[in-house]
Amino acid sequence: MSNPSQTRALWVAVAGVPLLFAAIAALQVKIDAGTRAYTPESEELLLRSGTALKKMSLGYDSLLADIYWTRAVQYYGNRAGIDGAKFDLLWPLLDIATTLDPKLIIAYRFGAIFLSEPPPAGAGRPDLAIELVKRGIAENPEQWHLNADLGFLYYWRMKDYPNAAAAYLDGSKNPKAPVWLKLMAARITEKGGSLETSRMIWSQIYETSQDKIVREKAMETLRGLRAQEDEAQLDQLAQEYQNRFGHFPASASDLRTGGLLREIPEDPAGNPYVFGKDGKSRLDPRSPIVIPPPLSPPPEATN
Amino acid sequence: MNAMSTPAIEILGLTKDFPVGFWRPRMRRSLDSLSFQVDEGEVFGFLGPNGAGKTTTMKLLMGLIFPTSGTARVRGRSIDDVEMHREIGYLPEQPYFYDYLTARELLDYYARFSNYSAAERRERVEKFLERVGLAAAGDVQLRKFSKGMLQRAGIAQAILHDPPVVILDEPMSGLDPVGRREVRDIILELKKQGRTVFFSTHILSDAEMLCDRVAVLAGGKLQGVGAPGAIVAIKAPAMEILFEAREGRALPAGLAERATRIGGRCRVEVPEEGLYAALEQLRGCEARILSVSPVHPTLEDYFFRLVGGTAVSRGLEEISR
Amino acid sequence: MSATVGPVAINTFREAVRDRVLYNLVLFALLMIGAAILVGEISIGIERLVIINLGLTAISVFGLVMAIFIGVGLVYKEIEKRTLYSLLAKPIRRWEFLVGKYAGLLLTLAVNTAFMTLGLAAALFYVGWRFERSDTSILVAIYFILLEFALVTALALFFSCFTTPMLSTLYTLGIYITGVFADDIRAVGDFTRNPAVLGVTRAIYYVVPNFHNFNAISMAAHGNAIPFTLFWQNTLYAALYVAVLLLAASAVFSRRNLK
Repeated sequence: MSNPSQTRALWVAVAGVPLLFAAIAALQVKIDAGTRAYTPESEELLLRSGTALKKMSLGYDSLLADIYWTRAVQYYGNRAGIDGAKFDLLWPLLDIATTLDPKLIIAYRFGAIFLSEPPPAGAGRPDLAIELVKRGIAENPEQWHLNADLGFLYYWRMKDYPNAAAAYLDGSKNPKAPVWLKLMAARITEKGGSLETSRMIWSQIYETSQDKIVREKAMETLRGLRAQEDEAQLDQLAQEYQNRFGHFPASASDLRTGGLLREIPEDPAGNPYVFGKDGKSRLDPRSPIVIPPPLSPPPEATN
Repeated sequence: MNAMSTPAIEILGLTKDFPVGFWRPRMRRSLDSLSFQVDEGEVFGFLGPNGAGKTTTMKLLMGLIFPTSGTARVRGRSIDDVEMHREIGYLPEQPYFYDYLTARELLDYYARFSNYSAAERRERVEKFLERVGLAAAGDVQLRKFSKGMLQRAGIAQAILHDPPVVILDEPMSGLDPVGRREVRDIILELKKQGRTVFFSTHILSDAEMLCDRVAVLAGGKLQGVGAPGAIVAIKAPAMEILFEAREGRALPAGLAERATRIGGRCRVEVPEEGLYAALEQLRGCEARILSVSPVHPTLEDYFFRLVGGTAVSRGLEEISR
Repeated sequence: MSATVGPVAINTFREAVRDRVLYNLVLFALLMIGAAILVGEISIGIERLVIINLGLTAISVFGLVMAIFIGVGLVYKEIEKRTLYSLLAKPIRRWEFLVGKYAGLLLTLAVNTAFMTLGLAAALFYVGWRFERSDTSILVAIYFILLEFALVTALALFFSCFTTPMLSTLYTLGIYITGVFADDIRAVGDFTRNPAVLGVTRAIYYVVPNFHNFNAISMAAHGNAIPFTLFWQNTLYAALYVAVLLLAASAVFSRRNLK
């Protein structure tokens, strides 16, 4: 039905276009491989001022905020877990995203995690995380989650128990906030760096968080905390064993034969605990459980 | 070269459907298996009312649109062959050109598509500016050109490369009487040089004056091909008499009812063979004869008779929007 | 071929050069480069950085505006004003016409970019700049900007073969923006770990022209050397993509009835 020159044009295109696209995709793969090798170390953000960007965004600031938040996530994702990785642009990106859209709750909450995690999992800057979350609270006073996050940062990362308690207490004044915030404030004031308090905080995080990764992290920490508690108890039992028999137990089964335990205790991953020559219990070296770094005793607890 | 034996233009069953409507396009046939040929060295008129399919035919020949079916050849070459364009010159209907160029630049631009040397090109541009009467306006930007001047520039670019076949789409339209006369002269000159001219018009007198043969198109269908006289002769020629009646004198019975009054003057149409009888009658009543002239049937008149005024009048309405 | 493409290209160039809009744009871009000197003076120690950043950005933005706004009218205007009828009556194939129009606009953009580059050099000299070896990366960055123009122009030309300037502008801008964020789109897909989303984002990444490849402004501003492999890879990338677009445009346009 169509004319020969029209048909010829169609066939040339039908044959040529996919072929060229295949070549383009192949080349892009090569370019990507190359770019990764020579991406400059010091990356640059042309505009570091969120307020300037907000003016230049011509009213599309919330869209731009989403874009910057996405970039921040990628930036973090590309570096997290790599030894020696630097997170220099993480703070500016989060700063810009939250300035562009001060209601972007997710950017405060996850941004704080990215910033506060010690390297290589994060930037190791809990101070900046606290600044970010405080700004989030100022912009979004109804978001009690942010108060809880702030409390957590003070408690877990800064070991600053009075401020942690104050943060939880502030959050508890929100009528929508669950009652555990108030309990948490009281508990921290009462016994700051205790394992019990830590476990309560992490349980709340585990129960209130919707995010899978956060929940996994909380579960892991809770198991670590349980192991820590187990160890403390086992150490006590070992001391008692020494008092009775004049020497430390060589294994957990010694405690059972000595009548101090009914069962051989296992860590949350199912591995029995082992004992050192000093009588201190510890995790089986094969166990995946990680005991969180010890919290320094709170200032109140020292006196 | 067998140029003498092959026709200049050969149209073989050209059919063109255009989609009409946006959401659910239906096909409308604007050209229906058109076939005829134009011989070498002929001036060939392509007649038909507006909307008959003349421009469509010419655009098909120039490869601007593609036929639904059928084909055409120019001097034996298929219209798909780009080399065919070396042997053909084309003036589009109501031509419009790059208005930021001067007439000289425009012709120079088009001349570049033929293989002339720079000197040859310059010489040619000047010659053709002269020929269409634009020598004085050669350095004026085309945006300042009148419609008539654009038409001249258009003719110049069509014949710039001495093509053996020239296709002109409505070359006289939009021109004043002097301009029309000049275009007629150019066509006759091309004929004298042995070129083939294929031009469309809806004005019968142009065709009558210039053409060796004409083809008549209406409603996308070929109505007839032949010498222009044959078409004009279809109606027995009538004569028109303009006169002033003497006051107080009644007109003779045979004329009174046929005459139309325009102010103080009267107009009457009589068949050629009745002219002298009518003049005698007018003399009898002392009427003052102002003029006597033959009545040319208009093309529209011709078509109304030919196709009963249906398809064509629709075409006319469409164009007069 | 060049016998027919050349005149069309030169005529397209002439049309652009005789348009007043073009001069306004170039003037505006030069003003922006000039303003960079002022901005550079208020910030301390990064004068050169600011001028290069702003200057290259101005060259890129104004060139893109020109590429799109002239590009979308390239073919459409010739059809709409019927100037194409008498041209296609000459012995020229439709794809030759397209390539000519394309080359003409590219030539226009190259000449403009050359002017703006001179403006940038003048601004740099004004703040006491002496040419260093590392400054070749500025020229490479400008070359990459030109490659970007080549791609955007081809996009605009492609769309202008079958739709109105308004829609062509929208499509071209849309693809340009998608292309700029191609990296991010891909990263979002990788982040979700959803195979369906991943498939779509990967497909977009490889089909859409990846303008991220051509962004070397910050490398140039810091005087980082741009690797030679990137130079020829980008050249090849642009050439391939332009070939695809011109091929598709020719196929569409060669089949089109010019009403």
